[in-house]
Amino acid sequence: MLRAVLRFGCVVMVLAIGAQGRAGDIPQSERRSGYDMMGPETKAMQDDDTANPATLWVLEGETNWNTKATNGKSCADCHGDASASMKGVAARYPAFDATRGQAIDLEQRINICRSERQNATPLPYESRELLALTAFVARQSRGMPIEQSDSRMQPAIASGRALFESRQGQLNLSCAQCHDDNWGKQLAGSVIPQAHPTGYPIYRLEWQNLGSLQRRLRNCVFGLRAETYPLGAPETVALEAFLMWRARGLPMDAPAVRP
Amino acid sequence: MKADPTIDKGRRDLIKGASALACGMLLLAVRNADATPASMQGAIRNIFGTAEIGRGRVTLDIPSLVENGNTVPMTVSVESPMTATDYVKSIHVFNEKNPQPNVIGIHLGPRAGKASVATRIRLADSQKVVAIAQTSDGSVWSGQVDVIVTLAACVEGL
Amino acid sequence: MSGALINVPARAKRGQVIEIKTLISHVMEPGFRPSSIGVLLPRDIITEFVCTYDGDEIFRADLYPAISANPFITFHTVATHSGTLTFTWTGDNGFAVTEHASITVE
Repeated sequence: MLRAVLRFGCVVMVLAIGAQGRAGDIPQSERRSGYDMMGPETKAMQDDDTANPATLWVLEGETNWNTKATNGKSCADCHGDASASMKGVAARYPAFDATRGQAIDLEQRINICRSERQNATPLPYESRELLALTAFVARQSRGMPIEQSDSRMQPAIASGRALFESRQGQLNLSCAQCHDDNWGKQLAGSVIPQAHPTGYPIYRLEWQNLGSLQRRLRNCVFGLRAETYPLGAPETVALEAFLMWRARGLPMDAPAVRP
Repeated sequence: MKADPTIDKGRRDLIKGASALACGMLLLAVRNADATPASMQGAIRNIFGTAEIGRGRVTLDIPSLVENGNTVPMTVSVESPMTATDYVKSIHVFNEKNPQPNVIGIHLGPRAGKASVATRIRLADSQKVVAIAQTSDGSVWSGQVDVIVTLAACVEGL
Repeated sequence: MSGALINVPARAKRGQVIEIKTLISHVMEPGFRPSSIGVLLPRDIITEFVCTYDGDEIFRADLYPAISANPFITFHTVATHSGTLTFTWTGDNGFAVTEHASITVE
């Protein structure tokens, strides 16, 4: 309650600053990862694999990768060595699933594999097992540039852009107003990042836990006092697709640490 | 250390909303006896008794402005040759505004080689953090820092 | 899952001071947080972490709720001889994890 009032007060100031109209997309050359905006101690936490808490999930994911599921197949049985087969995969998700005719994100892709190829039950969102697998897969894309060049993804990206630019919630703000127009400024003591999802799943200091992009988006939407989309909703995937397209070319640094 | 059950719901919501940090959300506003500089002194006395606490030799390395109070990197080091006859026996870290005054109690010996330990701690508010070390000759030294803890924006338990 | 990650140099020179880094998965529930329906979540933390070098204690820490989740602790020791380092974490609700790491000292 107090936090909402504090944030609203800050937000009113931010809006007053940006009242003259939208600045538009961030120019390509000015795009920076959230990593660049963190303090040196937090960067150090991310840079050292032996100190990054997300490593615990990566190691668990590696074990899961090699564990046989209900029908006796493990991820490794089809995909072999993840460092080869999964290289670049997380960097180009969400991706278009031709069978379903729609965009899907990495978590959904893993669950499709589980139910269709491994005869196993899909893993719940934000479950330890699913986070471990996505962390392990995403780790294989570290350093690689984000890609969203599949033309079939355009409808999802366009729909995600519309969501990003539309005002929502009781605070009646759009994502763009903070993350395109006011990045780099401070909101309640924290620097507003440009919101490029280069590091997901992230170990967020606030959560003291690993979490997906979907979880982070739910936090943002809830912060605007808007209704969050159901888990796995197409709107969330569309927003993820747009954010990844917006971040195209930036290197992946998953699994990252963020405040 | 228990929440006062007589707080009415409206105030409870306000208190709950006022802090989303890991330590003592409800209890901060209640200003429980433990969350004060006096209780920190009490905790220090519990461990060090009436020993005279000198200032110096102990360095607390904590960012002066932390990005999130839930996970604050902290390194505590004590100047000492760390030989068999002159070494750091223990380092205790205290805080003044968390619900509990103790943070960590570290026990070393001459085999440590270096009296420097790093970890990550929780700070529930802007406050002083104090580190007190006892050396093998019985003397006690201390160091402290003032840390500013701000809330992260758009903080939810989702 | 109580995964632990330990970083000990595989080799060291006799007398060299080495840094040991440890990270363990644990929620470290402080015991002061209310759940979403206002019920106090009970404390569930690691209370002690001990490292022994071929049986001799070289480091011990008493942990309190103020230690962040997934405790990360680094410390130093003198590499005296080749042997095994044993790391033990114990805590509330019978939590007990032991891990080992070898070091070759030349």
